[in-house]
Amino acid sequence: MKIAVVAVQGAFIEHIHALKKLGVECVEIRKKSDLCQDIDGIILPGGESTVQSKLLRELDIFDELKKRIEEGLPVLATCAGLILLAEELSNDERSHLKTLPVVVKRNAYGRQLGSFTAKEMFKGIGAFPMRFIRAPFIEEVADAVEILAEVDGNIVAVRYKNQLGTAFHPELVDDTRIHEAFLAMV
Amino acid sequence: MEQDRYQLNKELAQMLKGGVIMDVTTPEQAKIAEASGACAVMALERIPADIRAVGGVSRMSDPKMIRGIQEAVSIPVMAKCRIGHFVEAQLLEAIEIDYIDESEVLSPADDVYHINKRSFNVPFVCGAKDLSEALRRINEGAAMIRTKGEPGTGDIVQAVRHMRMMQREIARLSSMKEDELFNAAKELQVPYELVLKVHETGRLPVVNFAAGGVATPADAALMMQLGAEGVFVGSGIFKSGNPEKRANAIVKAVTNYTDARMIAELSEDLGEAMVGINEQEIELLMAERGK
Repeated sequence: MKIAVVAVQGAFIEHIHALKKLGVECVEIRKKSDLCQDIDGIILPGGESTVQSKLLRELDIFDELKKRIEEGLPVLATCAGLILLAEELSNDERSHLKTLPVVVKRNAYGRQLGSFTAKEMFKGIGAFPMRFIRAPFIEEVADAVEILAEVDGNIVAVRYKNQLGTAFHPELVDDTRIHEAFLAMV
Repeated sequence: MEQDRYQLNKELAQMLKGGVIMDVTTPEQAKIAEASGACAVMALERIPADIRAVGGVSRMSDPKMIRGIQEAVSIPVMAKCRIGHFVEAQLLEAIEIDYIDESEVLSPADDVYHINKRSFNVPFVCGAKDLSEALRRINEGAAMIRTKGEPGTGDIVQAVRHMRMMQREIARLSSMKEDELFNAAKELQVPYELVLKVHETGRLPVVNFAAGGVATPADAALMMQLGAEGVFVGSGIFKSGNPEKRANAIVKAVTNYTDARMIAELSEDLGEAMVGINEQEIELLMAERGK
């Protein structure tokens, strides 16, 4: 099994460490030619969504990535990654890959002083330590979208077909259960 | 400061990795920086090259100006306060800045003590020119480190020197026997626990960016290849002929920092780079402030 991690900007090495711990082979995606290989799944990491989206477009990765996800390539998207997948952003007229039928609010908890941690139930996994860093949350979901976790009444994790999205950062904790759940989709 | 808040603050720096943080002095510049791919902006009244040119005492920026920048962009906004000026830092925390840079670029307010950064909820980034300074700042509560370089010069030599020095000292600690670490802590004038952590992990316990003198895409890639996890660009962008194009090129060079062919392409037709000053020509060495 080979998992690609988008590595244009942000906390991608943390995902690679989590995958390596699970004995999975990883490749970094920094330019279009990196996508020209057989991969079984892809991770969109945390970071700055505006930067990542711009780089994905300008480095000519964007269209191929969108196509692959629409064709069913399993994807795990965390924080900025979730913003990239969202069909619509409620407080930003830009939207990006638009493969996940949800409405996401960027910086939903405010600036860095609003960053926080929580330990809440994640469907199928149990209580999971969640780290929210200038995080978004999900305001609306289409009917077909399964809600996996909520914190204070806000949706923070969803699954839709081949796409798993979290507003928090499973790659920043020692617990690899969400990565394992993703690998089970592959 | 509670441990979890510090951890969250270190993690915000992790999210900035592989990115470029740009100095801006107006909301308009902040928008250009964001559109060019900055992962954060540093709000300040005058960029280092102008501070150097104008001279005099250089202080924290007008909070109104910083607020204007916060409203103009959606990416994190950082701002500088003077070394040791904990009240300037309190003001920046009050306006909910995302990161405070306790910076040698401004005139130091205290020639002995740095700010006790542990007493703040907002994260701090500090400059360092070697491992000893870096670990002292971390012990004081810094959640991110950057090289000092020599700001406002467009001369990369000092940033290179500082990054190499840090990497060399980290490698030295890594290779030591455990019983040698106590003496290393004494020599470095830092707590044993931090020395042990560096010994065990082979890296700083926080994210480490390059700063000071980055003017070209090649400069940025050089710092990344030397081990920086991201890059601050100060005067290099808005003191150059075509800020937007140069900013775009530097952002891409940081992502693909080992791809020489791409960086060569990115380096074409960027217009005038900022006029540099060699380190021998400057009278004020900002890197010597705050040790």
